[in-house]
Amino acid sequence: MPKIKLPHKSPHIDMTPMVDLFSLLLIFFVLTATFRPQDPAPVDAPFSVSEKPTPDFNNMTVLLAKDGRIFFNIDNGPDTLLKYRNKILAEMGKQYNVEFTPEELRKFEKMTSSFGVPIEKMKEYLNAKNSKEKDALQTGIPIDSLDNQLASWILYSRQVNSNVQASIKGDGKTEFPVVKKVLDIFGEKNVYRFNLITNLEAIKETEGKTQQ
Amino acid sequence: MAEIVAQEKHEGGKKKATKGVARVDMTPMVDLMCLLITFFMLTTAFSKPKIMEIVLPEKLKDKDKDKQEAPRIAKSRTINLILGPQNKIYWYPGLVEDPKNPPPLQVADFSDKPTGIRQLLLERNKALFIKIKQFQDSVIAGKKIIPRDSISREIFIANEIRKKKTSDDTGPIVLIKAYKTANYGNFVDILDEMSIIGIARYTFVDINWIEERMVETTLGITPASPQK
Repeated sequence: MPKIKLPHKSPHIDMTPMVDLFSLLLIFFVLTATFRPQDPAPVDAPFSVSEKPTPDFNNMTVLLAKDGRIFFNIDNGPDTLLKYRNKILAEMGKQYNVEFTPEELRKFEKMTSSFGVPIEKMKEYLNAKNSKEKDALQTGIPIDSLDNQLASWILYSRQVNSNVQASIKGDGKTEFPVVKKVLDIFGEKNVYRFNLITNLEAIKETEGKTQQ
Repeated sequence: MAEIVAQEKHEGGKKKATKGVARVDMTPMVDLMCLLITFFMLTTAFSKPKIMEIVLPEKLKDKDKDKQEAPRIAKSRTINLILGPQNKIYWYPGLVEDPKNPPPLQVADFSDKPTGIRQLLLERNKALFIKIKQFQDSVIAGKKIIPRDSISREIFIANEIRKKKTSDDTGPIVLIKAYKTANYGNFVDILDEMSIIGIARYTFVDINWIEERMVETTLGITPASPQK
């Protein structure tokens, strides 16, 4: 019976719709991607029920690692032309007698992750070739009363960008004396309003809390 | 058409490849796109971290010059919470009147069970909590006229709740203190707890040596040096 003879199908599947779909997805992700800056130390932020998102700019963040190291980060401001980071580093250089070349300032401006380098090592840090070298230099920003560089960073950040807000992102297991010290340093510089960065708690649990 | 192709095949008698349908193999392209999509999905920060606002009391740096004075608060409404080790909260009401004979510390934890701090504070903050709850319910039920667009609605709700909190004069005044073995997680947890319970007045203050000693006695540690 020649009629039932099935046509000789090739095993090819038409990939075109799949490609179309993937292209769309890809375009979507490329356009919406905002890169997550990598934290130099693993930090597990505690949970809270707050739903306010972090501001996009005018933000200085102090990162408290579990081991007590302190990192700092500041953004470039709402407009990339403002180059706040650039100016802040230059001011810091003046204060601590470290001369930064325009090349180094540009490198600092481009960085997005927090840094925990004493200012004396900053030059080395900016010129480090790979992340391994960089990590070795991240010993935390000194907060001793003798050498309180965090206070200087806060001071100059606020001088350069008067709208800056203070954020604290800490690991849940950070010892309290470290936190206290940082809060005190902020207090000395007349910063009393903080944003504590937290993760959102699971909805189920918050619901249970409000039910009571 | 098919026939012609078939004929050609017979004449050539060699391979099928001469079929000549212009089809590009898309598989590598799909592979590549899959990889790219995976990459972008993993690096995209979809859920932005949230923030919790806190305002600390200003430090009185130069009392004589600025004529500043610490605000006075009612003793009967004050509750002192001391964040201790092992995620425990030690608390006592009022204030320490006699350093030699301090009030006993009571222990609570962060759970929402009867032993937790939440039940304790909710009990004392009932009046305000119910007011806030009723307001929220009326918003959900649509009894209240609220602004249409989401941003001004949120501001409106926040303002209403704030108004209720500032006019509150029965709820507790919570002073949060931290013993040195507490951790940052406890600190965030207790502040979170304050916002859940809707405490109108709370703040974070330094622990003093009497309280440090009270915690140490409760823990069974011999006080190291009472003088600070």
